[in-house]
Amino acid sequence: MKTIEASGLTKYYGSLLAVDNVSFSVKRGEVFGFLGPNGAGKTTTVRMLTGILRPSRGEVRVLGYDMLDEHEKILAREMMGIVPEMANPYVDLTAMGNLRLMGELYGMGKREIEKRALDLLKLFGLYERRKSKVRAFSKGMRQRLILAMALIGDPEVLFLDEPTSGLDVISARMIRDIIRDEHRKGRTIFLTTHNMAEANELCQRVAIIRRGKLVAIDTPEKLKTLGKGLSVEVSFEPMVFEGSAIDSALRVEHRGDKIRIYTDDPDATIRELVRYAEEKGLRIVSLKTLSPSLEDIFVELVGGKDD
Amino acid sequence: MIKTLKRSFAVAKKDMLIFYLKGPVIIMGLVFPFFLFLAFLIGRHLSGEQLFVGLTAMTAFFTSTAVGPTIIPWECRGRTFERLVASPVSLTAILLGDLQASFYFGLAITFTIALPSLAYLSIHPSFGIFLLSTLLAVLSFSAMTVLMSSYPPTDIPADVMMLSSLVKFSLLFISGIFVPLRSLPPYGRWISLLSPLTYYVDALRHALGGGYLPLPIDFIMLAFFGLAFFFVGSTIHGRVLERRFT
Repeated sequence: MKTIEASGLTKYYGSLLAVDNVSFSVKRGEVFGFLGPNGAGKTTTVRMLTGILRPSRGEVRVLGYDMLDEHEKILAREMMGIVPEMANPYVDLTAMGNLRLMGELYGMGKREIEKRALDLLKLFGLYERRKSKVRAFSKGMRQRLILAMALIGDPEVLFLDEPTSGLDVISARMIRDIIRDEHRKGRTIFLTTHNMAEANELCQRVAIIRRGKLVAIDTPEKLKTLGKGLSVEVSFEPMVFEGSAIDSALRVEHRGDKIRIYTDDPDATIRELVRYAEEKGLRIVSLKTLSPSLEDIFVELVGGKDD
Repeated sequence: MIKTLKRSFAVAKKDMLIFYLKGPVIIMGLVFPFFLFLAFLIGRHLSGEQLFVGLTAMTAFFTSTAVGPTIIPWECRGRTFERLVASPVSLTAILLGDLQASFYFGLAITFTIALPSLAYLSIHPSFGIFLLSTLLAVLSFSAMTVLMSSYPPTDIPADVMMLSSLVKFSLLFISGIFVPLRSLPPYGRWISLLSPLTYYVDALRHALGGGYLPLPIDFIMLAFFGLAFFFVGSTIHGRVLERRFT
């Protein structure tokens, strides 16, 4: 069964074409990643899917409800949890106050709200701070609260627009763990992210959008097969390396204390690297072959630039 | 319908908790009308009835229009508006909630000021007319804030406050508070009919045995202005909503 169906979605801002004839569907219980560079049309697409923006053309159905119909949109939203990009909780309310407000907006009863809110505060590590005004919360705590607010109505489908963007490692990891838990409970999750590792780790399928058009849609592993060539990553001690020393290298990138060498023949590259280390008296700290990552594919498809 | 009203009340509660204590609301809703009333009072030999009408009308007008115009710009600035719009609540219900917040604030402060004033000035208005006209007037002024907040779709509260102050002061001076309607020149009387405040001031004068326009007209016009302000304001809000996110 399809939870989200977008058909021919198009959005103009004046004469600017922000989203161009985008069609896809998301199956029930799937974690679907939506990737793209800045300005590619990710947030505009999410806003059309959630009924915040009206498409210039095309149709959207969520859980079978027509999101262009005002009445059906409200019914659909009762089963949706939404985390908009850059959204804030109300800083003059307490964490509990924010959750109570969302519960009331979802039409929940008072007791149900209290129970669900306390459970969520515990789940997100905010229980001790439930009576504190959000003004005093860190960015990570605020983002956790925003996600808790999206979950208050026990939604069937979650729309998360950059939920871990700019967060500290602990908060980002906590949010990723919760996304995994929500997926295990059978929720459908639509996730936009810049973080390729996150998309690779969490999503069953990803779509890549560029300049308003979908350029790819598939599972992360299948998308990786679109990549050209393998690479070898090596770290020496001391870290001394001349790019021209490896004849089989197609391209060489310095990555922190490592070197990544793109090659068509990993066997020849490894032999050359070992020889190079012996000649120069270097110790090999690590050496591994890598297949193309989702990030490599993303960069290949979008050309490595923002839109 | 009941679902919509319940959810709009949740929006109103949020507004009351967050916005009532904001500096500009206190200044424009309480401090400013107090000093305006002093300016109205000092150096003039006014009867208790005239004082009561001026004080009550200014209080109702300024308090019920103090919160509303800036709620949505504040929400946009605080990046909370998209979250609110994305919840299972229609835009009309959100605006109805904002209207309620203005209404409760206006009503509470107006009665807090007007009732002790009645005792202090030893005047006895028709309580039914006073109550009904105050309810209708505060509702109408609150609906006016929905219109005031609709355009321009800005996230700068000061922009909206400046425009709404311009409108409010213009209305204040043509509504028969400082010069009664019967003393205005004919063209002034015609202009005064464009202001909802005129009908409240006139209804208050009826409550004290005076009044210039027929009382049913005062009630009908207050209700009409309230409905028109809300309808036109909601329509404009709907049309400019996208511009708040782009």
